[in-house]
Amino acid sequence: MEKNSIAPFPLIVVGGSAGSLEVILSFLPLLRKDLKVAILIVLHRSSDPDPVLQSLLSSKTSIAVKEAEEKELLMKGVIYIAPADYHLLIEKDFTFSLDYSEKVNYSRPSIDVTFEIAAEVFKERTTGILLSGANTDGTEGLMAVKATGGTTVVQDPSTASVPYMPQYAVSHAPVDHVLKAADIAAFINSQ
Amino acid sequence: MELNIIGDDEVEILLRDLIEIYGYDFTDYSRASLKRRINRIVLIGKFPSFAELRYKLKFDPDFLKEFIEQITVNVTEMFRDPSFYKTLREEVLPRLGTYPLIRIWHAGCSTGEEVYSMAILLKEINLYHKCLIYATDINPTVLEKAMKGMFPLSQMRKYSENYLLSGGKKEFSGYYSANYEFAKFDDALREKMIFSTHNLVCDRSFNEFQLILCRNVLIYFDKNLQARVFSLFDDSLENLGYLALGTKETLRFSPLAARFRQIINAEKIWRKIA
Ligand SMILES: C[S@@+](CC[C@H](N)C(=O)[O-])C[C@H]1O[C@@H](n2cnc3c(N)ncnc32)[C@H](O)[C@@H]1O
Repeated sequence: MEKNSIAPFPLIVVGGSAGSLEVILSFLPLLRKDLKVAILIVLHRSSDPDPVLQSLLSSKTSIAVKEAEEKELLMKGVIYIAPADYHLLIEKDFTFSLDYSEKVNYSRPSIDVTFEIAAEVFKERTTGILLSGANTDGTEGLMAVKATGGTTVVQDPSTASVPYMPQYAVSHAPVDHVLKAADIAAFINSQ
Repeated sequence: MELNIIGDDEVEILLRDLIEIYGYDFTDYSRASLKRRINRIVLIGKFPSFAELRYKLKFDPDFLKEFIEQITVNVTEMFRDPSFYKTLREEVLPRLGTYPLIRIWHAGCSTGEEVYSMAILLKEINLYHKCLIYATDINPTVLEKAMKGMFPLSQMRKYSENYLLSGGKKEFSGYYSANYEFAKFDDALREKMIFSTHNLVCDRSFNEFQLILCRNVLIYFDKNLQARVFSLFDDSLENLGYLALGTKETLRFSPLAARFRQIINAEKIWRKIA
């Protein structure tokens, strides 16, 4: 197992629940094609077949969108989707692994789980972005991101169709940027 | 925020203790999950430090059992991934019907939900009487539960839905009787089940099978261990036998892939062809 290796590029983890898909669909077309980062999307959803979500997201951008597969090496310039019904983890060698353990915050995949492991592996090169939702998932994960020197971003609850999750984060976690839904693309492009 | 008392070095120390004292070798397991599980044990067990955890693990065999149970994730469901069971019901099991004796192995069966689902399928397509279903796991505690065939009653609604989606036509509740907060599954489903501990890391092939299921176990193993387990399965499968993996697991990158063919549809089921 490799240790203390430095993240080769920054990682942005986007976590969303109810009402977040529309935000993602609106920022995807605005992303620069030559992304200097890897993007990981962790979305709460019922366990319908993953290809549906993947083709929906792919239809909005020419950037490669794919489901994260176990043992796959993360690459910059790719948008990964956490598969339904597994927690998504990252190993020290920057490969994905999947975990079928208990739900966390009633959710699998859980946003906290992926934020925390991203913080551990990508350290200060991690950005966590938390979107609309009706859950408290994501807040603890943002704390972990902050604690390892990463950047924390939350969708402005007033622009969220379900404000509970981002509001909870804003009141409980150290948040660097509170962004309107419309400003998220520009933020990602600047990374 | 969750404090990670157990860092990477502590994980390695515990893994070494487990080998030296108990002969359990987890060194080829993916680290991210192991570390998360061990930190969860620390949190739930309120261990003040790594030293206490290590001490207890070394000197308390009862705690060892609990520890193993916690780090090897046991979550499971009946008829999980209904389309998978539909494929078994419609495509795989009927092809096994010509064998006089059908041997099936569930490797990493956990508390048995998968095994009872299989038994129900076999009953419904009238093959049960000529099957032997071997169900194994590294962890004796989950096997004891599996033998009882008692699952939380609160899950039955979901399982019943899964069952119907998998092509089941009967009344699912006909397979169990409610017993306080448990659903006790029919003893007739258990007649052909054989439960035994078997550690995929170090134990050998123990029979030849027509169907091996190993679902959501390999995701916890690193590539080397995955390769070793695939060759164990290859050794344990009859020619034209089937190997069924979890939805996110694949034989594709294994050197053995050439000897297997994924059956037509999208399910993670391979047939041994050579
Ligand atoms: C997540 S459960 C999967 C249960 C079931 N197959 C399913 O897919 O729902 C993983 C199981 O693998 C077992 N396991 C882990 N390591 C093992 C090993 N080395 N040998 C045998 N079983 C193992 C665990 O004890 C656990 O019961």
